[in-house]
Amino acid sequence: MLGFVSRRLLATIPVMAVVAVFVFLLLHLSPGDPATVIAGDYASPEDIARIRAKLGLDQPIHVQFLTWIERLATGDLGISIFSNLPVATLIGQRLEPTLALALVTLTLAILIAVPLGTLAAWKAGSWIDRFVMGFAVLGFSVPVFVLGYALIWLMAIKLAWFPVQGYAPLAEGFWPFLHRLVLPSATLSVIYIALIARITRASVLEVLSEDYVRTARAKGLNERLVLLRHALANAAVPIVTVIGIGFSLLIGGVVVTESVYNIPGLGRLTVDAVLRRDYPVIQGIILVFSAAYVLVNLLVDLLYTVFDPRIHY
Amino acid sequence: MITSIKSVELTQPNAGRPDRVWRLLRGHTGVLFGLVLIAVMVGAALLAPWLFTGEVTTMDPINRLKAPSGDYWFGTDMYGRDLYTRTVYGARISLVVGLCVMGLSLTIGLFIGLLSGYLRLLDAVIMRIMDGLMAIPGILLAIAMIALAGASLTTVVLAITIPEIPRVVRLVRSVVLTIREEPYVEAALTSGTRLPKMLLRHILPNTVAPLIVQGTYVCASAIITEALLSFLGAGIPPETPTWGNIMAEGRALFQVSPWVIFFPGIFLALTVLAINILGDGLRDTLDPRIARRM
Repeated sequence: MLGFVSRRLLATIPVMAVVAVFVFLLLHLSPGDPATVIAGDYASPEDIARIRAKLGLDQPIHVQFLTWIERLATGDLGISIFSNLPVATLIGQRLEPTLALALVTLTLAILIAVPLGTLAAWKAGSWIDRFVMGFAVLGFSVPVFVLGYALIWLMAIKLAWFPVQGYAPLAEGFWPFLHRLVLPSATLSVIYIALIARITRASVLEVLSEDYVRTARAKGLNERLVLLRHALANAAVPIVTVIGIGFSLLIGGVVVTESVYNIPGLGRLTVDAVLRRDYPVIQGIILVFSAAYVLVNLLVDLLYTVFDPRIHY
Repeated sequence: MITSIKSVELTQPNAGRPDRVWRLLRGHTGVLFGLVLIAVMVGAALLAPWLFTGEVTTMDPINRLKAPSGDYWFGTDMYGRDLYTRTVYGARISLVVGLCVMGLSLTIGLFIGLLSGYLRLLDAVIMRIMDGLMAIPGILLAIAMIALAGASLTTVVLAITIPEIPRVVRLVRSVVLTIREEPYVEAALTSGTRLPKMLLRHILPNTVAPLIVQGTYVCASAIITEALLSFLGAGIPPETPTWGNIMAEGRALFQVSPWVIFFPGIFLALTVLAINILGDGLRDTLDPRIARRM
């Protein structure tokens, strides 16, 4: 097991290396002089020269890359051009809302999708099954921001059950915090629910046709136990896998949801940085999100052994 | 025995197939619904000037933020522009982006996937690069590329295409890895078939069905991403009426005039829904192997 963990950890290095090269090259592959692009349309030659020197763009490209990697290794993500603060500090300040939104969404999605998918598989062909599958197609099709505005209009403006927009930090108390997270999480979780419910249904359906399920039923085992202990337990691996793969959907969704609901998280920081062409911030955020994706999928691989004792590493 | 059946299929690849596909499609009400809806959207995009629309950019400040009515079917925006006109014209950009991204990512993905699946040496390198590309959230990558390259139809299409490529490569590669073990491929190999012919004649046809299915999903997700980029202010310049741009303009006054966001939003969701349903139907029809798994 320990050997597997270290081997799997080592395997993330090439992936992160490719990510780093992409993020670095992004600036240099774009047409035109990077310093001019970042400075914007109304910059004076002095501004451009200042930005070029500040980002080290006047040095040969391999020197730039090596210095950049060296700094990354020490956790230095660079300095924001717009606010002159370290990018790591900026990201740290915006971490709480994004983490909260992602975690509440993830919890909500799993709690709703897994029972729904299991139910659909158990009653395959029934109206419940058709409803779940219909919901799944719909969930993939309605874009997050369209759904977000529909929910704001109904739940916040017409019914006034929830505040329209905004975020309350956890430090101001748990209930206000949660109250303001309900609508954004509900919005963001729909596509995730669609994804997880679909996979859950498919894998439970497959397990339900196995001989050992028939045996379990034949020996008179309670149907609830058949579903929980036999079907769901054996369907866990694909479900966990899709949660990991779908994590990139969640990251993309966070950026949009934060814009719709005015939540001051990493997503808003991204959009602001793009509009200001604050390149070091964009680089830093992409690196952090990609690292999160890689780590979540590493965790998923490790969880396989927990959910399926047959898997040994 | 199995080989002989395969060879029969290979010599007559199209025998009775269009007919069979049509019969299966007809039996699938969802697919028909999707096709009709897509036809309506394509029709609206092509015939936009003749569908009782006005000028896209005509401003009429006296009639700004009018609710939907007989005069303004979808209402007006904060400059008094007719939203029906703008929404109908918005279909053009969405469909063009969807089709271009689909074509580009399938072509590039197919090429890389074929090489990667067949040449072991290249495979390791290509797949590491694809893994890295997949680890970067697609929307962020697209936003960053557009921020640097400047927003235009071309850059938006390219920026949406690049994050889609790894998934196509993986799909093609997995098909190639299965097919290359088939006896008829081995037979072709021993009879001295060269690599380009091998890939084109024997491997490529097997990727068509899964690629068509994947293409519909790529198209749907490209349309969503384009709208999203416009909505975030990082997409096609705001002068062009795209569904995302119209919605972006409606954000500030959403509480007063929700219709500015709702009508393009409904068009966007319906289009994507139609394409997804079509994709599901095609998957059930063309690729029963995947269908059983989903």
